[in-house]
Amino acid sequence: MSFNDGQQREAYRRMLRIRKFEEEGTLLFTAGTIPGAFHASIGQEAAIVGACMALGHDDLMTGTHRSHGHPIGKGADLKGLMAELMGKETGICKGRGGSMHLADKSVGIIGESAIVGGGIPLATGCGLSAKVRGTDQVTLCFFGDGAVNQGTFHESLNMASLWKLPVIYFCENNGYAITTSVERSHAQPSIAKRADGYGMPGVSVDGQDVQAVFRAASDAVSRARKGDGPTLIEAKTYRFDEHNVGLLIEGEPYRSPQEVEEYRTHRDPITLFRRALLECGVSETDLTAIEREVTEAVADAIHFAEESPFPDPATLARDLYSNPVGDAASLRVPAT
Amino acid sequence: MSVATSKKHIAAHVRMSYLDALMQAQIEEMERDERVILMGEDISVYGGGAIIERFGASRVWGMPISEASFTGVGIGAAITGLRPIVDLNIASFMYLASDQIINQASKLRYMTGGQVQVPIVFRVCMFYGESIAAQHSDRPYPLFLNVPGLKVLCPTSPADVKGLMKSAVRDDDPVVFFEDTKLWATKDDVPTDPDALVPIGKAAIKRSGSDATIVAIGGAMRFTLDAAKLLAEEGISVEVIDPRTIKPLDAETIIRSVTKTGRLIVVENAHRVASASSEIAAVVCEEAFESLRKPVIRLTAPDIHVPFSPALEKGMFPGKHQIVAAVKKLL
Repeated sequence: MSFNDGQQREAYRRMLRIRKFEEEGTLLFTAGTIPGAFHASIGQEAAIVGACMALGHDDLMTGTHRSHGHPIGKGADLKGLMAELMGKETGICKGRGGSMHLADKSVGIIGESAIVGGGIPLATGCGLSAKVRGTDQVTLCFFGDGAVNQGTFHESLNMASLWKLPVIYFCENNGYAITTSVERSHAQPSIAKRADGYGMPGVSVDGQDVQAVFRAASDAVSRARKGDGPTLIEAKTYRFDEHNVGLLIEGEPYRSPQEVEEYRTHRDPITLFRRALLECGVSETDLTAIEREVTEAVADAIHFAEESPFPDPATLARDLYSNPVGDAASLRVPAT
Repeated sequence: MSVATSKKHIAAHVRMSYLDALMQAQIEEMERDERVILMGEDISVYGGGAIIERFGASRVWGMPISEASFTGVGIGAAITGLRPIVDLNIASFMYLASDQIINQASKLRYMTGGQVQVPIVFRVCMFYGESIAAQHSDRPYPLFLNVPGLKVLCPTSPADVKGLMKSAVRDDDPVVFFEDTKLWATKDDVPTDPDALVPIGKAAIKRSGSDATIVAIGGAMRFTLDAAKLLAEEGISVEVIDPRTIKPLDAETIIRSVTKTGRLIVVENAHRVASASSEIAAVVCEEAFESLRKPVIRLTAPDIHVPFSPALEKGMFPGKHQIVAAVKKLL
């Protein structure tokens, strides 16, 4: 399945929203406005958006510590996401999650796990749940190349295939688990091939080509919805920035500056898609309008986040339990 | 008054074992709410076959040996509309599952600012004292007391195990349900009303007394009640408290008792260091120090792994004579 006209523009808009959101976020992080650690998806936008665009509104998703792109790719509002990055009360997680955990339930994301491989069983559980509840929901499970070496990957794919669960296991293979390359950590460097061991289809796709990713993901979604079970998709992509912004790793670089430059110059998924859109007849004016709209949306989100209050320390214990038991004083919340 | 109400009062209780009460609670909750599913290894044996027959394979899921992941599968299912009971079988196996219990189940509601909830029960059986050595003999509930967001239950009577399992299934938070296999055969009256619940977070006074307070957890309750009888024959009156829920702890009931007796002994079969006893002793020392007439005594397993040989394992866990001696030491 290929993009229709509206989907093409929407895919470009979402990719650009991830890019601009993170470019501005990087500046805000460097300036100290965003605390903690900032893991950018810049360079991986086509993989994320191509996969998300294959889902319907009611479908479910789990993500990773590199979490900003997933909700944006699924169509989330930017304001709550930016406010969350700043630790504000209006943040999507009310300031309890932050940069590595931008889960937005309103677009179907049940969690973004900063424990590598931790979200894979959860996504499998969403699939089991859909089957028990008799819905046609599918679940898109994002993880990186590093997570493939966790036991949860093996255990979960086995169960999903055994029970034909409607899950798309989507590996954003950016080549490196922090500094450890796939070559140095995977006995079988083809991640897609691992699917053979679980009796499910394994597909490798150019993760810099949003249309190719969309086609692969759409096929997997349609298989899952028909009851034919899970698919493993390996999207070969690249992160342009360091593992997290500002991270300094001393000694011999784990990837060469030439390699990074090559991707930035020739394999930027947004540049590639823009060119493809122009070639198939989308006008420069239309693209510029989308770019202007995205720039404004990001600026609005930043304004909203900056104007928002920080959470009241008196609310520290809020949302720990659905049904708190006993005296709140038993939590021994320190006085403020 | 309706006939149904008056009927309820006629056959209000039936005598059954702790294990049967636990199974009945699960079956009744599955009858009541189609969102309740069971997941675990070898679930079709030990009475589970009947459950599959009754509810069908979409409600009872036999798991491959993949504790780390099927626990997470339960959590994912809980977040998306089901209410799973995940049977983790022997307690020592739960370490494999603990990443998902701690990093996902206990944290997701908080970390998402309340966007998701995780209504799930982890059922964990504590076996020990049976010459099965350290990798099958753990009583690991103290580890989970240090995890915010969980509720940790450890009931001791058939009625409580039924009423608390039902409360756990109906609760919207993750509950770790530790059952003590030493209590499986214990028989007592159990309410027949399928809506008879035992509230989470409330201790039970198993026996009233005035000379000393004994808080006993899990399987330690049997010897504690035996010891209380022996002491009563000598004219010593002890109050026995079963916390039932050990997180969040009903400190109020324990403190009220210590205020009356001035003496506290905590008995349990977990290892001594950072045990539930340690926490209970700390809370009482912080909040009722002036009421204590003697130092608190903890009777626990030592900080040594459970050995295989019966000759070595025999003395690992506090028995009734140690409990009697401890009470006398405080008088």
